[in-house]
Amino acid sequence: MFTFICRRLIISIPTLLAVISIIFTLVRIVPGDPAQTILGDQASASALDAMRERLGLNRPLLEQYFDFMGSALTGDWGESMVTGKPILGEVVNVLPYTLELTFVAVIFGVLTGLPLGIWSALHRNQLIDYLVRLTTLIGLSFPAFVSAILLLIVFAINLGWFPVISSGGRDDVIGWFRDLAMPALTLGTIMTAYIARVTRSSMLGVLSEDYIRTARAKGVPNNVIIWHHALRNALIPVVTMIGLFLGVLVGNSVLTEIVFNRPGLGKLIVGALGQRDYTMLQGLMVCYAFIIIFINMLTDLTYGLIDPRVKYQ
Amino acid sequence: MTSNTENIPMPKSNRALFLEQMNRTFRSNKLTGVGAAIFLLVVLAAIFAPLLSTHDHIDQNILNRLEGPSDQFLMGTDAYGRDIYSRLLHGARISLIIGGVAIISAMIIGTAIGIIAGYYGGRTDDVIMQFNDILLSFPTLILGLIVVAMLGPNMQNMIIAISLTSIPGFTRIARAPTIVIRERDFIEACRALGYRDWRIMVYHILPNVLSDVMVMASLWLATAIRTEASLSFIGLGVKPPEATWGGMIREGFENILDNPWLSIFPGLAILLVVFSLNLLGDGLRDAIDPKTREA
Repeated sequence: MFTFICRRLIISIPTLLAVISIIFTLVRIVPGDPAQTILGDQASASALDAMRERLGLNRPLLEQYFDFMGSALTGDWGESMVTGKPILGEVVNVLPYTLELTFVAVIFGVLTGLPLGIWSALHRNQLIDYLVRLTTLIGLSFPAFVSAILLLIVFAINLGWFPVISSGGRDDVIGWFRDLAMPALTLGTIMTAYIARVTRSSMLGVLSEDYIRTARAKGVPNNVIIWHHALRNALIPVVTMIGLFLGVLVGNSVLTEIVFNRPGLGKLIVGALGQRDYTMLQGLMVCYAFIIIFINMLTDLTYGLIDPRVKYQ
Repeated sequence: MTSNTENIPMPKSNRALFLEQMNRTFRSNKLTGVGAAIFLLVVLAAIFAPLLSTHDHIDQNILNRLEGPSDQFLMGTDAYGRDIYSRLLHGARISLIIGGVAIISAMIIGTAIGIIAGYYGGRTDDVIMQFNDILLSFPTLILGLIVVAMLGPNMQNMIIAISLTSIPGFTRIARAPTIVIRERDFIEACRALGYRDWRIMVYHILPNVLSDVMVMASLWLATAIRTEASLSFIGLGVKPPEATWGGMIREGFENILDNPWLSIFPGLAILLVVFSLNLLGDGLRDAIDPKTREA
């Protein structure tokens, strides 16, 4: 297990380096002079020089590259151009909010999506199947901010069950739940839709396999076939997809955080966009790269839990 | 007689096969047709937006601000007294143009890269796909957001950003069948005849990849339109006063407590378009692949 984690870590290094290289390139291909963009048209030549110096833009490109790479990997992401605070600190402050939101949403999605998918697969081409397929298709057509706004209108404004602004309070459990419930529901329903659809098709695929027919032939009870023989194999592609959808979820958390005015990476990103805080944006991109790679690793680890054929070597 | 040789090649029969398949799909799965019909209506509404509008979509009229739906204003007015119905129609244009151009260019570029990677294989394939997977693992919205933020928010940069986020998907979809087709006898025959690589790729592999690519294009157009709306909602879209659905929701959100319809109508519009495309794409995918793979 331990060696497997180490191996996965080593494998993910090239990916991480590549992502950081992409970020580096992306920031450099921006047309025009970043210093000019940051300071505006009226900036004096000396101010521009000072800004270039500060951003390290006057040094050779290769030197900038290795410098950027080094500092990105060691967590020295520099300071925000606007507030002057260390970026890593800002990110670490709000990261728990985004992570808990994403985590609760995934749990919700798995708990509702898996049974729905299995149910739908077992009633293939019956009314239930059509209903599940149609509603999940509607569910994944919703942009996160539209469903967030609809939930906000119904449950927070009209019914008044939940606060309009989710401050992410964590003083007591009830307050924590009330603040988290609606943002998590927004993201969770998207996850439900995705997971239900993947589970359904994966389950249908497995149920048509020969070994299921064999199991039926030798008289294994139906529920043992479904829960023991079929589900376990059907789960493998589902786990892969959950890993992929986590990325989608991280993206959508930005929108959810804006609508519910909730602290998190999304609010940080939008704030940085508004103030043209390039160093902050750069830092956030590196942060997202780390998150995505971490998710990929987690997905790989989960395979072994479901599928004993995967060896942790 | 003289042009006989031009009638024989693969593309024709393949296209006929594809059409037959589509025909079967629309007849067997009614929902696919419903999706196609709704989307077609939206496209028509966008094309004829100036004719269908009841008011100018940019002119402000402060006397009529924040009115509810009525005979005069079908869906009410926004905080600047602009007719929401007319703005919705013009917003459809922006969404469809950005989504359409982005997806078509991503389709062309992505398919080309995918076929090249699959056809040549080996080191070329490894490098392209490694890079591709990295891009693919990055959330669409985050990548699009960063690109637009760096390049500056306008229509052209939105198209570039959304296109960039869609390319890796097309590369993947185009590469998979290419690897299989590459090994088939008729490609071997082409090589024996001394055809150049590009000719084999364009005339003999592309037609066989196209149906998969087109199906995904309809699904990813849905994603593209959703991404465009999301970016506009964040404030990175086409600049106001031009009407965009995401932007309208953003403006309406400021008055959400008193006038929820400002956000609800454009929200439903986005939902309708994305849903119709998903319905269409889903049905087409089922038709092409009986096992119905996901993603």
